[in-house]
Amino acid sequence: MNLSLLLFFVLAAVAVLSAIGLLVSRSALYAALFLVLNFGAVAVYYLVLGAPFIAMAQITVYAGAIMVLFLFVIMLLGAETLPPGRALPWQRPLAIGLSIVLIAEAALLLVQRLKITAILAAPGVEVNTVASLVDLGKALFQSYLLPFEVTSVLLLVAMVGVIVLAKREKGEVGS
Amino acid sequence: MTNAVPLSYYLGISGLLFALGILGVLIRRNPLIIFMSIELMLNGANLAFLAFSNAFHVLTGQIFVFFVMTVAAAEVAVGLALIVVIFRTKHNIDVDVLNSLKG
Repeated sequence: MNLSLLLFFVLAAVAVLSAIGLLVSRSALYAALFLVLNFGAVAVYYLVLGAPFIAMAQITVYAGAIMVLFLFVIMLLGAETLPPGRALPWQRPLAIGLSIVLIAEAALLLVQRLKITAILAAPGVEVNTVASLVDLGKALFQSYLLPFEVTSVLLLVAMVGVIVLAKREKGEVGS
Repeated sequence: MTNAVPLSYYLGISGLLFALGILGVLIRRNPLIIFMSIELMLNGANLAFLAFSNAFHVLTGQIFVFFVMTVAAAEVAVGLALIVVIFRTKHNIDVDVLNSLKG
């Protein structure tokens, strides 16, 4: 087993185990920390795949900003754990069964039908240099300029929407 | 690193992360954890984008991941604001209890 396969399987174990930890942890706080671990493992995948800019954006935007927002809301609401309530009894086995069906279907398709045998390029010097970052910037600001600007409008709309949603009405009692 | 990892391995781990995210959306009752599972699904999709982008030596996958991240940030901000407002009016965020839109 060579080095890149070893790295792949170690990262795969970290990513899948932290995702399972996210699913089974009782406290939303621990779930958020498991998700940060998962984002970190996937960011290393991005580095291996020759996308250093996306990897750094993953760390700063996802693991940094978004998860801080999550933790802030969790602590603001005090919603670390829900009180044990009347859960729908048929929901959990049905969901697990359907997910297993989905995984089996995807695996079947991947193994039997697609026959994807393309080997990814080994991380060489030519993908991890500044030149690829320059290419990325050129593509972003020339071919994809309109979607980029639409993105800025989307972020503005989200910002205004959040402010309007979270604003207290006049005369509303504080909770 | 002479022979690298096949593309199908990356697609497999991507699909596994996506399926675990779906499972989280289906079985959890806490809307915050449901949101985190949605982020997990987006993460799996991003991994597939970047694997294809690297396998075929095009930059389009990276551009798409960039846009997915931006949309995810906007979605999380709006979703968390909605959860805060729901908690303020109902004092409960269990999704099995929240079955009416009327405040």
